[in-house]
Amino acid sequence: MTFLAVDWGYIGEHLFSDIVFEGVWMTLRLTATAMFFGVVLGTAFALMRLARAWPVKAVGLAYIWFFRGTPLIVQIVFWFFALPQVWPEWAPWNGQMSPFTTGVFALAINEGAYMTEIMRAGIQSVDTGQMEAAKSLGMTYPKAMRRIILPQALRVVIPPTGNEFIALLKNSSLVSVISVSELFLVAKLQYSSSLLYFEWLIIASLWYLALTTVGSIIQAWIESRYGAGSYGSGAGGGGVARRWLGMGVRD
Amino acid sequence: MTDSQPGTGNAPLLDVIDVHKRFGKLEVLRGITMPVAHGEVVAILGPSGSGKSTLLRCINHLEKIDGGRILFEGKLVGYREVDGKLKEEREGSIARMRAQMGMVFQRFNLFPHLTALGNVMEAPVQVLGKSRDEARETAVATLTRVGLASKLHVYPAQLSGGQQQRVAIARALAMNPKLMLFDEATSALDPELVGEVLAVMRDLAAEGMTMLAVTHEMGFAREAAHRVVFMDEGVIQEEAPPAEFFGAPKTERARNFLRRVTQT
Repeated sequence: MTFLAVDWGYIGEHLFSDIVFEGVWMTLRLTATAMFFGVVLGTAFALMRLARAWPVKAVGLAYIWFFRGTPLIVQIVFWFFALPQVWPEWAPWNGQMSPFTTGVFALAINEGAYMTEIMRAGIQSVDTGQMEAAKSLGMTYPKAMRRIILPQALRVVIPPTGNEFIALLKNSSLVSVISVSELFLVAKLQYSSSLLYFEWLIIASLWYLALTTVGSIIQAWIESRYGAGSYGSGAGGGGVARRWLGMGVRD
Repeated sequence: MTDSQPGTGNAPLLDVIDVHKRFGKLEVLRGITMPVAHGEVVAILGPSGSGKSTLLRCINHLEKIDGGRILFEGKLVGYREVDGKLKEEREGSIARMRAQMGMVFQRFNLFPHLTALGNVMEAPVQVLGKSRDEARETAVATLTRVGLASKLHVYPAQLSGGQQQRVAIARALAMNPKLMLFDEATSALDPELVGEVLAVMRDLAAEGMTMLAVTHEMGFAREAAHRVVFMDEGVIQEEAPPAEFFGAPKTERARNFLRRVTQT
């Protein structure tokens, strides 16, 4: 079956092949792990940016300035090839970091810079009276942040974080340059040997589209559950994060 | 329980001594001295911008002070004294002191992500370390006391302003505070909702709670307060029992103020 000289049958045969599945699985692992650490880093640096002491604030600003201001692909190559060359022991466990670990590391640090700004905006969107009320009840700053401010910031933070997740899903293809065999590298190796560029790019793109679509659906679901609209609509249920932040705890 | 702690004798529960507070070049408090005894209800009156709210916020250390001392049960609020100079206290001990004072804000500041019950349970669990069951029991009792037994599982957004403020009062009371600070607690309410909040405040006063209320409600000051403190331009201009203050104000400023507020 040919159309536009494209071998559609070939696409159908390989769309669900094992090597493609492995690539998809690697892309998912990369994205999920990097996103998790990106959110953690983003929250930490957002709190630093909002700190009163200027050296702390400066560290937060410098982080964003550097990692948002240089290309991600440069950072990836830097961590994997450049830094070990001048400082072989840089990895804390004094060994070489695998391509996967370095990939997650590079993506997470880059993502953290974007998440810092998102978290900062979320925290600042919460009325200052909330912190005052929490303090007047005897809460310390960390406790008030965790129990009162962050749960409210979450509502504002969810939509842009969804965008970040989808962007990261696609940007994870850049770690192909340090030979992490994620979806794009799998496609690349296949079209290099078979010379079926079009077919393999379609296979990869279909999977990226599938993943981003699922991502969007999950985002919409989270928003309807935790985010948009007024509190009190559709609240309830458990979840570790939810309980830890004191949201909708059954009382 | 709050009365006659050993060692305190007849010392005031709260002692404000020559407190100064500046915002930039503007000095909003210019030497405020005001002892408050156990069980006393003090109404703080004055035109807007007179520093009344700032004073209340300093007492809870939501604002730092630039001079003077604030003592709660004989202990400095927010500071410790090192070689005659005041150094700000560590956060934990400021928090422990705040846990003993309740504060009610003009704009309620309820936690919108928690139900009425959740709002009232939060601090007893998180700050006092009570079990959820124990905190729930106290919270239900406290919400019942302010007339909201039927609203336990409702979120703040679904409550009227008056109901929200009563939840806020219950939230403060659940900490079993020794002192309640009311910062214009009825000023953000629709006129028809003021009464229900004032009724709760009157009950509290009648039960012997030590209260400091910045207010524009002359009726409350007249009937529930033991003492009226009239402030203007960062200074206490006059203080007297309500009958005396409303009957025969001594200063020209107080007379002008009373003329203006009673006209409306």
